[in-house]
Amino acid sequence: MTGALAWREAKRGLHGATWLPVAFFLLVATIVPFAIGPDARLLARIGGGALWIAALTAALLPIERLIEPDRADGVLDQLALTGMAEEAIGAAKIVGHWLTFGPLLLIAAVPASFLVGLDGAALGRSLIALAVGTPALAALAVGVAALTTGLPRAGSLAGLLLMPIAVPLVIFGAAATGDGESSALKLEAAVALLTVAGAPFMTGAAIRASRT
Amino acid sequence: MTLLRGEKLALVRGGRLLFEELNLSLEPGEALHVTGPNGSGKSSLIRLVAGLLKPAAGRIERAAAALADEGLALDHELPLRRALAFWRGPHLADALTAFDLDRLDQVPVRLLSTGQAKRARLARVMASGAPLWLLDEPLNGLDRKGAKQLAAAICAHRDKGGAVLAASHLPMAGEWRMLELGS
Repeated sequence: MTGALAWREAKRGLHGATWLPVAFFLLVATIVPFAIGPDARLLARIGGGALWIAALTAALLPIERLIEPDRADGVLDQLALTGMAEEAIGAAKIVGHWLTFGPLLLIAAVPASFLVGLDGAALGRSLIALAVGTPALAALAVGVAALTTGLPRAGSLAGLLLMPIAVPLVIFGAAATGDGESSALKLEAAVALLTVAGAPFMTGAAIRASRT
Repeated sequence: MTLLRGEKLALVRGGRLLFEELNLSLEPGEALHVTGPNGSGKSSLIRLVAGLLKPAAGRIERAAAALADEGLALDHELPLRRALAFWRGPHLADALTAFDLDRLDQVPVRLLSTGQAKRARLARVMASGAPLWLLDEPLNGLDRKGAKQLAAAICAHRDKGGAVLAASHLPMAGEWRMLELGS
């Protein structure tokens, strides 16, 4: 059932507004040079950080469709009746969400990197840092979606919740993009691993708590 | 082999005690009809037995169960058969026939009428092959024909050694033990 649920999530993502976060990501990356000005050296210095801000805000967009429709429609209850643990539901949702969110964001990161003045080695570093970071962003999105499900104005609340939790990821992710010599990438990978490992438990507990 | 046993159950919702010292048991072939005024905890009892709510006191043991409540839990864009197939019920074909959904199996779920959607929920319960059926207001939205199909399905399920727990303010066809809440 876990595999079937992950596959369903991915398919539903593709039917739905998969392109929205990616388009948003590209749009933010496009706006950066307009806001900062055309100075290529300045852009390249802040480019990594700008990409991460774009990725983080893009990760917020799909939150409302990750858990809430399934809670309201009884899907989560029916899954529990099949004997599936809420943690497994969380893990399946994270995998399914990442499948539509991660790869597309990475593809979009190539033009986005050029837009913010990252090329050559910096482009490679930004792609690796984002590749390591997107599973954590997907996991956080699902976890926060579960925490806010059923609440009024859940979308805005989710943003307020997700951004602070994502701070360590952004620090190390942006640092890994900017500097290949430091151990930022390893630290980013550690934070991402911890997030991905912990998020299913957070999601599971939140789903149980949302039952009334 | 008892399919459901609940001992000294108590349930509190929103700070209000709905019931306490409630004993439940269902043997194969049995059916229990829970009645009571609005707000007496009929639906909550179903959710409690389903494991979706925790009792404030007492304990529950039950066999594998299938639930039909107000949640449709079918992907709205998919054709009915594919949406139901997600739930992996081993008897899906029989269930579609029993509730006269064969003709509708290619219709997207979002286009189903209230009664058709109700039959789809009941078909999922039947398709699951679970020995214990939990039905919350199963007659709501069903026309006379649908109610007959439900009665036939319940009868066949009990003959095969299944048990049914139904909460409804309407009389159910067939022989039922009654449990009145809030009295």
